[in-house]
Amino acid sequence: MKMHLDEKIWLGLSFGMIMIFMLITGYQGFALEMGPPSHKETIDPQKVDQTAPFDQPGIKQIGENEYEVVMTLQIFSFNPANIEVPAGSTVHFTMTSKDVVHGFQVANTNLNAMVMPGHITKITQKFDKPGKYLVLCNEYCGAGHQVMSTTITVK
Amino acid sequence: MMNSNKLEKVDSRDAKLSMAYFYVAFIALALGGLAGLLQTLVRSGKVVLPWGIDYYQVLTVHGVLLGLVLTTFFIMGFQFALISRTTGTFTNGARITGWVGFWLMTIGTAMAATMVLLKEASVLYTFYAPLMAHPIFYIGLTLVIVGSWVAGGSMIATYAKWKRNNPGKASSLLTFMAIINTFMWIIATLGVAATVLIQILPWSLGLVDTIDILVSRTLFWYFGHPMVYFWLLPAYMCWYAIVPKIIGGKIFSDSLARLSFILFLLFSIPVGFHHQLVEPGIDPAWKYIQVVLTFMVIIPSLMTAFSLFATFESFGRSKGAKGLFGWFRKLPWGDARFVVPFIGMLSFIPAGAGGIINASHQMNAVIHNTIWVTGHFHLTAATAVVLTFFGISYWLIPHLTGRVLTKAMNKLAIIQGIVWTIGMSFMSGAMHAAGLLGAPRRSSFSEYGGAAQAQEWIPYQIAQAVGGSILFIGIILVLIIFINLAFFAPKGETEFPVGEVADGAEKPPLVFENWKLWLGISAALILFAYTIPFIDIIQNAPPGSKGYKFW
Repeated sequence: MKMHLDEKIWLGLSFGMIMIFMLITGYQGFALEMGPPSHKETIDPQKVDQTAPFDQPGIKQIGENEYEVVMTLQIFSFNPANIEVPAGSTVHFTMTSKDVVHGFQVANTNLNAMVMPGHITKITQKFDKPGKYLVLCNEYCGAGHQVMSTTITVK
Repeated sequence: MMNSNKLEKVDSRDAKLSMAYFYVAFIALALGGLAGLLQTLVRSGKVVLPWGIDYYQVLTVHGVLLGLVLTTFFIMGFQFALISRTTGTFTNGARITGWVGFWLMTIGTAMAATMVLLKEASVLYTFYAPLMAHPIFYIGLTLVIVGSWVAGGSMIATYAKWKRNNPGKASSLLTFMAIINTFMWIIATLGVAATVLIQILPWSLGLVDTIDILVSRTLFWYFGHPMVYFWLLPAYMCWYAIVPKIIGGKIFSDSLARLSFILFLLFSIPVGFHHQLVEPGIDPAWKYIQVVLTFMVIIPSLMTAFSLFATFESFGRSKGAKGLFGWFRKLPWGDARFVVPFIGMLSFIPAGAGGIINASHQMNAVIHNTIWVTGHFHLTAATAVVLTFFGISYWLIPHLTGRVLTKAMNKLAIIQGIVWTIGMSFMSGAMHAAGLLGAPRRSSFSEYGGAAQAQEWIPYQIAQAVGGSILFIGIILVLIIFINLAFFAPKGETEFPVGEVADGAEKPPLVFENWKLWLGISAALILFAYTIPFIDIIQNAPPGSKGYKFW
């Protein structure tokens, strides 16, 4: 099968760019640990309230400028709500859902993860800039989906 | 160019079958388009729906009617006409099979639609468990899929019969493309059929108590990505093999067109994880492998772009065009059959670039489930694909009904294309921008407790409503043209344009029709991409979830 020389150049360059892009993406994802959240722990979705650590949702300081937030998502709320941390804190979120699939998104950050019944989502973010960040559910979960929100205040 | 004159016109019995599919498709366009308009109005914050109609109910109507019904019905009608025109009239048996498929799909659509209207199925068209709709909703969707298999089977049988009667000959390019698309659809829909029949239906009927969410989502997205290529490939058929004839040029290369379709068959399916990048429970290495496979599917689209512009340029130069871009002015800018699909092609450039961002592993976190994604597929599906479908309708409908597209209707069709471009620039542009600022998709109007960040999104939501209103005018224009072409346009003969290959071009190698080889490689890639992670998902499955009705 003949291919026009121009087309060979066009496809050769494009393929090369794609491969370089994939190598960079892979390097960032695995060597620099910037990959998307893929935690694999599971939980009985009917017994979230009785299972540690979700029997005591809340925020806990675990080091200097380091916090752990254990959070449950349920229609149409986040527990705990209205979290406050000092500027410069690294926050580790550990989350699960008590009913349907929810989303956990913090506007103006890269925090964006699905929170599914039966699965535990873990995601980490360092909050440098003070301000009030909007947390919202970004996966349709029912009639009140659009009011499912809370805030993270960085002081 | 084909063997005999009898192929020039679609047989009137086959035409009737195609038209049946088109009637349903355009009714779906009218109702689904209205639902889309209502959504953008609600989300602007300025309009509240009367009679207790719920935003998410309207959203379900919009997604099911336009994403599933308009596309599948239009594509089936188009492919029946294509195969009848380029391979030969359907046998009575094959045509009856096509009608059985049509009625299964139509009954299924009516069942699902009834449940949505009764507010028993506000689960959106992705119907993610454990939100649980009425079982009749799922049975209806199953009938749509099964009906499409029956219709597809009729097409494959017609093609297979031609192959048996013409050993050693290459099939017509358009039939070949339609058969690739049909195979891809059947392989892909096995996933959604599996989750509905094995998991969701027994659970919604109360035969089992719980459902495994991640297995269901994985099966859904095994289907969900090739579904968008199932929409796109008929547009590519038009761009590759019909538009060259309309402008008076030649197909750049028959063989390369076939090669690009085979690459779509191979790389459209083993890529579903790129819709699940930020989900727990899936091994990150397999997410990345599927991201790489996703990027392979860029190659055939780049081949397509090259071929199309090569066709345009060589046509322009054959008409005496000078300079680097002189050929551009030689294109038939007064012919809606060309202009409308051409706008679709142009929109696929930013649409494709946005898609690359969406599939880009960690970059996905910036836009996942934001309204950026909605903006993206309104450029791909709702502009590139749909405008090409409209452009096809402007010659195919009159060809099938024995009428002609009048000068006035041609002009209206070009105006329609321009109206669509303006409306979509507002709507999709504002969606992309608001998505980058964090505005979620699939959410009713909300001020999020007065959050400052959410205030920034509202002007963009108003721009979306402006765009949505302009687009709805565009839909009204299409419906006027469709009704004219189906019932009122003057009687006459309309050409069914089928592109010819440039003189002296080589014959396409027969290896392209070695289906054991290509379906085998396709299956091998799917097994490679899914076997290990899927076993992992099942082995590490948590206890299942009960069903919920939260609307």
